[in-house]
Amino acid sequence: MIMQQVLNGLVIGGVYALTAMGAAMVYGILRILDLASAGAYAIGAYAGLFLYLATDNIVLSFTGAILLTGFFGTAVQKLLYIPMLNRPPIVPLIASIGLFIFIQDLLRLIAGPRIRVFNVQLPFSAWRTENLTVNPTWILIILLAAAFLALLWYILTRTRIGLAWRATAQDLEIAKAMGVNINKVVALNFFLGYSFAAAAGIMVGMLYSSVFPTMGDVPAYKMLALIVLGGLGSPVGTVIAALLIGLIETLVAGYIGFFLPRDAIAFVALIIILLIKPEGLISKKA
Amino acid sequence: MYELVVGINIGIFILLALSLNVITGYAGQPSMGHAAFFGIGAYTAAVMTAKLGLSFWLSLPVAGIAAGVVGVLLGLVSLRVRDDFLAVTTIGVNFVAVAIFHYTPYLGSSYGLEVNKPVLFGTELGNPEFFALIVVLIILVCLLCVKIQNSWLGLALSGIRNNEEAAASLGIDVSRFKIIAFTIGTAIAGSTGAVYAHYMGFIYSSDFAFITSISILSMIVIGGMGTIRGAITGAIILGLMPEIFRFISDYRMLLYGGLLVFMMRFQPEGLLGENSFVWRKLSPCLNKAAAMMGLSSQRRISGDGKH
Repeated sequence: MIMQQVLNGLVIGGVYALTAMGAAMVYGILRILDLASAGAYAIGAYAGLFLYLATDNIVLSFTGAILLTGFFGTAVQKLLYIPMLNRPPIVPLIASIGLFIFIQDLLRLIAGPRIRVFNVQLPFSAWRTENLTVNPTWILIILLAAAFLALLWYILTRTRIGLAWRATAQDLEIAKAMGVNINKVVALNFFLGYSFAAAAGIMVGMLYSSVFPTMGDVPAYKMLALIVLGGLGSPVGTVIAALLIGLIETLVAGYIGFFLPRDAIAFVALIIILLIKPEGLISKKA
Repeated sequence: MYELVVGINIGIFILLALSLNVITGYAGQPSMGHAAFFGIGAYTAAVMTAKLGLSFWLSLPVAGIAAGVVGVLLGLVSLRVRDDFLAVTTIGVNFVAVAIFHYTPYLGSSYGLEVNKPVLFGTELGNPEFFALIVVLIILVCLLCVKIQNSWLGLALSGIRNNEEAAASLGIDVSRFKIIAFTIGTAIAGSTGAVYAHYMGFIYSSDFAFITSISILSMIVIGGMGTIRGAITGAIILGLMPEIFRFISDYRMLLYGGLLVFMMRFQPEGLLGENSFVWRKLSPCLNKAAAMMGLSSQRRISGDGKH
């Protein structure tokens, strides 16, 4: 039973990690809390659904949806966030909330307010032992989440663009003075960030076999909580925070039977952790 | 009658915007969970009158005190977490508050809570009386805000807003003033909640959800942060929007989101903020008009007393 709960928690945590990673990358470079990447999560899920209905091929629809959302991300940063760089942080935050509301409503107008069923037949079946059931979608989610995070880790630590990225995250002005092409770095950052969020959206759509316009709501706030908890813009911290919150939520809801719903549990955990460690789990200063 | 209902709704939003303006506009503390305090006040008042049978007039100040006490706690939190961390923590506070409203059987859980209309001199308060009450409250809150702006408290808060370290090095007790700002702002929101609960006659947890906090914050940002005129203008504009755009009600949220993005991209100081396009054009005219009427022009231009 405990193993099953831990596994549940890890799957949820993996999805959270993917969702939050995009926003964490954006925060790492531009210092903007970007709620709109939860919009990208919903866009990804809808694009994935429609492409799947059109092509009947999950690989094709997955890739297509991710690329589409990624390009949307680069457009957003060019038109919206880059001109706001020198404003107080509350300005881009409110803009991102506005954009998020806009995206959600646009999706509702285009695809209708009802829940759409997203059923995908996977080529492998459930894996069962005596006290553990592993659902096929879970296997896919764990594999994909791990693959995406490994890709990110590789880009960040082993490539030139990753170096430019880290330099920009430390100090945008100095990196610019040192000849780093900031525009390219930020554009790629948003492309990857939004495509991560899209991937998470498709996976959650498949996990619960449903897609709906407001599906980004809870991930949006939880994502903010996660990047803050992770120490703002630290990718490792965000992954740890995501897995931790996934586990806490599942275990507290499953065992202690707290009277609040699991989303509130996540925020209670966030507030407590922040009060103990006000700089987040992994502090920049450490 | 319909105008009166719209007026009361906007009046409630004006009170909320003015109260958040004390925290975010004057003290520079990004609070994104202001609806939680509105809700705490509303539920406190509702429990007092509907469950305990006490008077509405008693519940009005008590709701403010209850929200203010929680506001002190949030103020204490704000001493530890700052800026973006505080913004996200307040979102969390909002979520937890709504969850508590929604899952506590005593507070009506998901059925909501019914509240009787208050009675004054033997007659039930109707819409005109509520409107009058709200106008009185708005005037009182405005006077309080002017008082804050023109006092040492206002100076200290604007110092904290502009640069916390510098303010501290000048001997301003940053912690004390932050907590005062949180207490005043949340207490006003709490009393507003009491009025709201009794005006509506029914409250429900999702009335106080995060989206309400966002609306309140958007009002002061769109109107012009840190100014009384901005908070009021913003509340009127965003409060009227659903009414004006009723004929395209399907696209309302789309317009709302679009407006936020547009304003932030092109006019982040808000419509009537200190450096905004409209205010730069408008204030010389007001100045001239004031001079013609024989008022001191200096007093007129610095309506919020920061110069």
